[in-house]
This record gives sequence, C-alpha cells and structure tokens, in this order.
Amino acid sequence: MPEPLLEVDNLSVSYLTDTADIGAVDRVSLTVHAGEFLGIVGESGCGKSTLLFAIAQLLTPPAEITSGRVVFKGQDLVQLTDGELRHVRWRDYSVVMQSAMNALNPMKSIAAQFKDTMRAHGRMSADAIRTRSTEVLHLVGIDAAHLDSYPHQLSGGMRQRAMIAMALLFTPQLVIMDEPTSALDVVAQRSLMTQIKELQQQFGFAVIFVTHDMSVVAHYSDRVMVMYAGQVAEIGATSSIFERPLHPYSKGLLDAFPSVHGPRRALTGIPGSPPDLGRPPSGCRFHPRCSEAMAQCTTSEPDLYIVGETEVRCLLYAERLRDAV
Amino acid sequence: MSLPASAVPDGEGALLHTAGLTRHFRLGGLLSRRMLHAVDDLDLTIHEREIVALVGESGSGKTTVARLLAMIYPPTRGAIFYRGRSVHKLRSRKDVLWYRGEVPMVFQDPYSAMNPVFRVSHGVMRNLKLHRPELDRAQRHEEAERVFDIVGLNPAGDMLRKFPYEMSGGQRQRVGFAQALAVQPKLILADEPVSMLDVSIRAGILNMMASLRAEEGASILYITHDIASARYVADRIIVMYAGHAVEQGPTDVVLSRPKHPYTQLLLSAVPDPREKAVPVSADSGEPPRVIDPGEGCRFRQRCPYAIDKCAKITPALRPMGPAHDAACHVAAAEPLDADGKPAATTVAGSPPAP
Repeated sequence: MPEPLLEVDNLSVSYLTDTADIGAVDRVSLTVHAGEFLGIVGESGCGKSTLLFAIAQLLTPPAEITSGRVVFKGQDLVQLTDGELRHVRWRDYSVVMQSAMNALNPMKSIAAQFKDTMRAHGRMSADAIRTRSTEVLHLVGIDAAHLDSYPHQLSGGMRQRAMIAMALLFTPQLVIMDEPTSALDVVAQRSLMTQIKELQQQFGFAVIFVTHDMSVVAHYSDRVMVMYAGQVAEIGATSSIFERPLHPYSKGLLDAFPSVHGPRRALTGIPGSPPDLGRPPSGCRFHPRCSEAMAQCTTSEPDLYIVGETEVRCLLYAERLRDAV
Repeated sequence: MSLPASAVPDGEGALLHTAGLTRHFRLGGLLSRRMLHAVDDLDLTIHEREIVALVGESGSGKTTVARLLAMIYPPTRGAIFYRGRSVHKLRSRKDVLWYRGEVPMVFQDPYSAMNPVFRVSHGVMRNLKLHRPELDRAQRHEEAERVFDIVGLNPAGDMLRKFPYEMSGGQRQRVGFAQALAVQPKLILADEPVSMLDVSIRAGILNMMASLRAEEGASILYITHDIASARYVADRIIVMYAGHAVEQGPTDVVLSRPKHPYTQLLLSAVPDPREKAVPVSADSGEPPRVIDPGEGCRFRQRCPYAIDKCAKITPALRPMGPAHDAACHVAAAEPLDADGKPAATTVAGSPPAP
C-alpha cells in the first residue's frame, strides 16, 4: 500500500464559547490516497464542514483543533505556521466553497480574481496568467469570453464552475469540495458532477467531497464516510455502503429518498433532529433517533468496529463480532 | 393558444384555474424595452383535494406562477379564476382577504420567512386575528395549538412560545404550514418547501403534506425541482421549461412514459443511489433566460430531436394520452386500444430518455 496522500488522525475540533466547549468534530480519522474520491455525507450541523475546514487549516476562532494530526504529503499541517501554510495551500491542495456567490468577490472580474490567486503564489507574467486563466476556464467548459465577466453576470452553475477552475489553477493533488452542487438543479448538478469526475480522471487529483445528499456521491465516489454528530458513523467502499448499509443512520438516510423508479414506498425519514453538540446524548449519539436502539446504547459509547471492509460505530456490530468469536 | 383537449375548458368544477396566464418583467432601465418572459400562456387547473406538482429548473418560472397565484404580482396578461371569480378583479379588502385566506403560501426558506424577534406563535395569531375575527383570544390560542398539533409540533403549548432561532429548519417549515393551516385554506401554495431541509427531515414534511390533503381536505400546489419528491406526493405533474408548461398529466403516466424530451432529461438526471449510473454527455444544464423570445420551441437548443419546425412554430400542448399533454412537435401520441387505454408504447420520436 503506498503512503496515503492525506492522513487525518484522531482529529477533534471544538468551538470554544463562554458557556461550553462544543465538540463539532470528535476523533475523526480518515485517509485519502492519491487520485481517490472520498464522499463525506451528513446532515447540517453534523460537523462535516468544520472537519473540512480543519483539514484545510481554514478554521477561525472560536473554532480550534483540540487534538489530532492532519498529515498531508508527510507534513503535519496542524503544526505549520501561516507563512509555511501559504506555500502548500492552493498550490498542493485547494478548496471549493459551498456558495460560489459568496466565495467570489462581487467587485472583481473573474480574470482579476484568478490573477490575485496566481500572484499570491509566485511571480508570473501577465501573459502567462492570462493563458493559464483561459486554460482552466476551458477545462470546466466556460468560454474564455467570460474571463472579464463579474460573478453576477454568470449563472449559478457557471459560478460554481469558475470556482472549480480557480481551484485547478495550480493543478493541486487534492481538491476539497464543500457541497459545490447543493445550490444547483438536478440537471446542472449532474453535469457538474460528470465534469468533476472527468477532470479528476484527466489530472489524477484526489477529491474530498462533502454533501448532505447521499445520492449525489453514489455514482462518483470511491469511498463514503457518513458523519453523525461530529463522529464517523460509517466509512467504507461506496458500493458496499449503498448496497448494504450497516449503521441504522446510513440505512435511514438511504430510505429517506423518494425514488423515481420502481414501486412507490412510504418514506419514513428519521424521526427527531440532530443533537445539540454542546450536550451530546450519552452512550451512542444516535440512540435517541435510532429504531434499533438497545438498552446499552444509552450508556456505553460504541467504538468503530470493523465489519468486512467497512468501519461502523454501532453496538449492534460489537455484539455480532463477540458472538462470532 | 388553444386549450388541450384534456383541460376543462372553462375550469368547471376546478378549485382554481388560469387562462393564458402570462407575466413579463422589464429588464434594465425605465426606457428599456427588453422583456423577460417569466411565464407565458399558462393554463393550469387545480381541483379540490388535489396535489399538483409544478416541476422545473430554477429560472423556469415556477416561483413566478406561485407569486402570481398569491397575488404578489399582477399578471401581464391572462387571468386566474378561483371558484369562478377572477382573482385580480377582486377589489374590496374583504374579497382580497377572503382569497388570501383560502389560498395561503408557504415559502421556500424557513430561515428568512419568519421575523426573528417574535415568537413563532406571532404569525399564526396574526393570521387568526385577520382572517377569523369571530374567534376570541382564548379560542385563537386553542386554534393555534390545534394547527401546531396537526403539523407535528408537539407539545404545541411549548412550541408556540419558542423563538425561530430555537427551532430546526424542519420545525420552522412546519410553522410555515401551521400558519397556512390556521386560515382554513382550500389551496396551499408550497414553494419548494423541502429544498432547504435535510434529507432525513424532508420525508416528514412530504408525509405531512399528504396528510393535510387527506385530513384537512386542502389542495396543494407543490412547486419543486425534485421530480422524485413530486412523484411521492402529487396526483398530477406539470413540467415547466423556460416559462412554458411543456408536459402535464397524471404523475405515474408522466414519469413512466414521459413524452417531452425535457421531461426525459429531467428524469434521467435524478440521482438515485439504488440505480446504476447512466453515463451521459455533459449537458450544459443551463436553462435559457427568455428575453424577447421569437417563435419556436424554447428547448430546441438543448433538444436531441429538434427538427426545422421547432425553430419556427411554438409547440402547443396537445393530447398524448388520457389526460396527458405535451408541447412537442416530435413526440407522438400513444395509440389507444379499444378500451381507450394506451396500447403498448411504440412511439416514434420518443426514444428512451437520453
């Protein structure tokens, strides 16, 4: 097995407030290999965006990494100073934010924003900058005529593509994406996902793709991590999680989708709402909403158990493993 | 535009119907003559106790339809008839209140639809005071608790005292429906009520909409870009593209035998974790902005089956099967067998979804 590109080891992030420390990310470990597509799925408030910001070293107070390491290409990013980070960030890994409308500067043309980015990472001639800008826009299927457009002149899908173009300026090895498709319609969403996948195959970068919509990553990711209440609920190969979800939460998420094919089934959804991370439930954090909760779920906290090639945080599997021995 | 055969010509027996409903917006300054055609010639019918889904991409005009029906804007042309009365001809405050009470709207974004400085009971209480003046203070409170119970916000007494920030998105959207319910509506205009909500919460709202129809007898116009959720709750589907209705019919028929190429594209784009991915050529996915359009089908630039006629003549809705219409020159109607049921589908020009 080659050395992973990114290794997140027991990463915890807290929001330090006056009244309580809110543990938004709790001991998350994951690895991403070169060229891999990892989907991170969870509901709003489950800590998925915080995790992503922690990996990219973009957290601002009151959020703080309280423990753990983020090893990227052999370097622990958590220990780097801002100056050292500046050499790595965007050149070796880049981030595509959720809302391109807010992430792009409304006062500057696309070309000017690309230029700022490139100037921040080295000296380049104006011609070289223009050529590279045209190239990356072409990659995402936008006509170079739009280089001089302002963000408001582009449609939602085009803005999101421009963000992706910006992330590819230096051909990084890892692109971190925070719900890039959530503001788009189904047709635009599928077209963007197809594009991301094609670019990934062309350039071989790894992708971490955060989304609340499980169906989006189903066809594109190699592995999926399901997050609940700041923790990894389940992580494994996409195909096995979609065919045989182990965690009751993953099952619930999959069952919450109405389908356009096959017989119409009643949807159950998942009762209740995600917990307040300032006061997480005792034992398993999912037990108040879980249809398969047992007595010990309220008291003992499950570990991640390895079932086949999937890791799952659920006491059901602790029992089964014990029985099997 | 001639009426499709399956539409009720004068909307007889319909709760609400529109005739040639059109709304244009002027772009640019006062002297500009550029017009954005948000909705053109829409004939829509909603019957009592019916859930109708209006499906389309953003920019297709579906929200404009809801706003026209909610009297937020007047139509450029055409009319809306509610129980036979032309809505934009209602003049007296009493009549307008009556219509707004019977046809309330639930907004897309539950985070910005509520005033953050008031308790969530505020909206419900105001609606009750305005639309049901016969109730006294105690009765109003009782009624507010009743509607909160119906939408699944319990214990209603505690929930009414909360501020919006104390509630989750799903709970706020339920408050939106409770506000609509308080006025004893006949038709709820629900503009993308679940698109901002988490997947696990969505199912609950969709189920609640189904039960509002079953138990409260309200019709619902469900506006959405998610065709799968439309299938889950709606009796009938109307697909909009660039301001035109391009296909309409019973949900099962439209989704199992889509006639319009746009409906086929929309269906093929729905991600379904249980299905294998269909490899597709990356369509730009951009609906056009319809500024001063000429004649012709508005989908033709994206349509794989476009013929010369499509650039010259705007297709009107025409019957494709029982109660099923599509506005496409290429799609062919289904042959009917002796019972008037569609025979096996062998339709030239409507190959399987692209």
